[in-house]
Amino acid sequence: MLTPSLPAPTATKPRQPPAPRTLTAGERWRLRAPLLPALVFAIALTQVPFLLTLYYSVQSQNLLRPGSKEFVGLANYGKVFTDELFRNAVFNTVTLTASTVILSMLLGIGLAVLLDKKFLGRSVVRTLLITPFLVMPAAAALLWKTSMFNPVFGLVNWMLSPFGVDNVDWASRYPMPAIVGVLVWQWTPFMMLIVLAGLQSQSPEVLEAAKVDGANAWQTFRRVTLPHLRQFIELAILLGSIFIVQTFDAIFMITQGGPGQATTNLPYFIYQQAFRAFDVGEAAAAGVIVVVATITIAMVALRVISNLFTEESA
Amino acid sequence: MTTMVATAPAERAAATRRRGARFRPGNIGVGIAAWVAALAFFFPVLWMFLTGFKQESQASTDPPTIFFTPTLDQFRSIFARDFAPYLINSLTASVMSTIFVIMLATPAAYALSVAKVGRWRDALFFFLSTRMMPAVASILPLYILATNIGMLDNITMLSLVYTAMNLPIAVWMIRSFLAELPREVLEAARIDGASLGTEMRRIILPMIAPGLAATALICMIFAWNEFFFAVSLTSTRAATVPVFLVGFITSEGLFWARLSAASTMAALPVILAGWVAQKWLVRGLSLGAVK
Repeated sequence: MLTPSLPAPTATKPRQPPAPRTLTAGERWRLRAPLLPALVFAIALTQVPFLLTLYYSVQSQNLLRPGSKEFVGLANYGKVFTDELFRNAVFNTVTLTASTVILSMLLGIGLAVLLDKKFLGRSVVRTLLITPFLVMPAAAALLWKTSMFNPVFGLVNWMLSPFGVDNVDWASRYPMPAIVGVLVWQWTPFMMLIVLAGLQSQSPEVLEAAKVDGANAWQTFRRVTLPHLRQFIELAILLGSIFIVQTFDAIFMITQGGPGQATTNLPYFIYQQAFRAFDVGEAAAAGVIVVVATITIAMVALRVISNLFTEESA
Repeated sequence: MTTMVATAPAERAAATRRRGARFRPGNIGVGIAAWVAALAFFFPVLWMFLTGFKQESQASTDPPTIFFTPTLDQFRSIFARDFAPYLINSLTASVMSTIFVIMLATPAAYALSVAKVGRWRDALFFFLSTRMMPAVASILPLYILATNIGMLDNITMLSLVYTAMNLPIAVWMIRSFLAELPREVLEAARIDGASLGTEMRRIILPMIAPGLAATALICMIFAWNEFFFAVSLTSTRAATVPVFLVGFITSEGLFWARLSAASTMAALPVILAGWVAQKWLVRGLSLGAVK
């Protein structure tokens, strides 16, 4: 999907609006003034902390031993990369993110196609469908951990009992599928909404033309709708990945990263390093690695948004 | 709604034809499938809501109890356990951060879309990129900084963090609303010699007021539901509602009815806000990229 055929990010190479020559430096700053508070604030609260994280990542520091700080170069990175638990967390993060994104996208497309049609109570259906995304993730996680996944009284087992499923302790026997299940439930509405916006932005004429040309519903979907949806699907997948990589609530509430390390993903791993082991150096190094990995996805995401943006302002 | 979307008569006719053509028995199947899916997705939320009104003995039964006499006991017991301060903290953090966000983002969005200062695209995409930065990358410095300046477990600190978290969404959303303003109005205002402040107050703000409200609602939703920063940066004094829920994962994990009542109260404000803001949700979620 991340084909290199995507146009280069035009966004980062802005075409300067032709500024009237009469503007003095002072006037330009006056124009720019409304932007500055937000810009300074964003830099102070996001870029500076990241630079500090970089700095911490080359120090050895434990919050439990004040004054223990010293420069150790890349030792923390070495420690992180050889750490069995870190590699496990990377693997879990990839599994969790990929399965959640793929499953929720497929479901999201299906639901969006349904919602694009006219039927009785469509707006109610839409409202009900977006609700899982609105439920506070921590509350949703608690709900699934107890009422849904409980081996004896859980509704999942109760509903599956006609199929011979009996007293399965989902959260401990199938921890990863359980977490993925909760996340898919939560993220499908997100995917659905973006795909639906894409479907509804299709021009009726094109669909009409396809019909006039004798295309059946599937051919129209495959040849006309899907190419049109492509950039919406890409956007949803990329934004979804960026947010789902950061999953923390569900893991903290349902499995606490376990059993063992079965569901420890990177955010939970870093949280443990920082706030359980108070190993600042290693946590910071892991944090930097996560950022570098995220930047790769984010760059592509920005490029897709930039394309949508260029089309819109063109 | 069905006829208002199209503007040109020809387009409208085409749309009507298309919609007319869709009213076939096949759509009953579509309707049934959509309703089944919607009920399946909504069911856990409904169950949470119902369980909150049960007695503990009815909350965990096999088979599940469906008919019962509703009680407010669980809600009472939660308030008896000092739920109110958490609620107030959540409200403070969401409202305060949203006010900050709108105050910072509105002028910025103006500079980037109406005034179009130099390198406005770069600035827009810079804001967007800050939203893509994982929280784990900044939590340590923020934690250490907060500790050093005595702002750990402080609701203002949490609000500032939420402000930074929501700022890109707000800048992009407000920008997209400003971009929809008719250019002539802005130009007319400037030719009349309106100063920037007057132009903002008298002309722009009233016109984008619904957009600002939508942006504020989306920002509040994100701030209210936020968990990672809340659990890392607060403990007792500034703890928000999601942190209150953490108490249920260990010691009180067996009290399903009480836990459901707490979850219901935690989730309900955002569910309602989200239903109201539905129309704007996709714009907020896609950071203004999709309308």
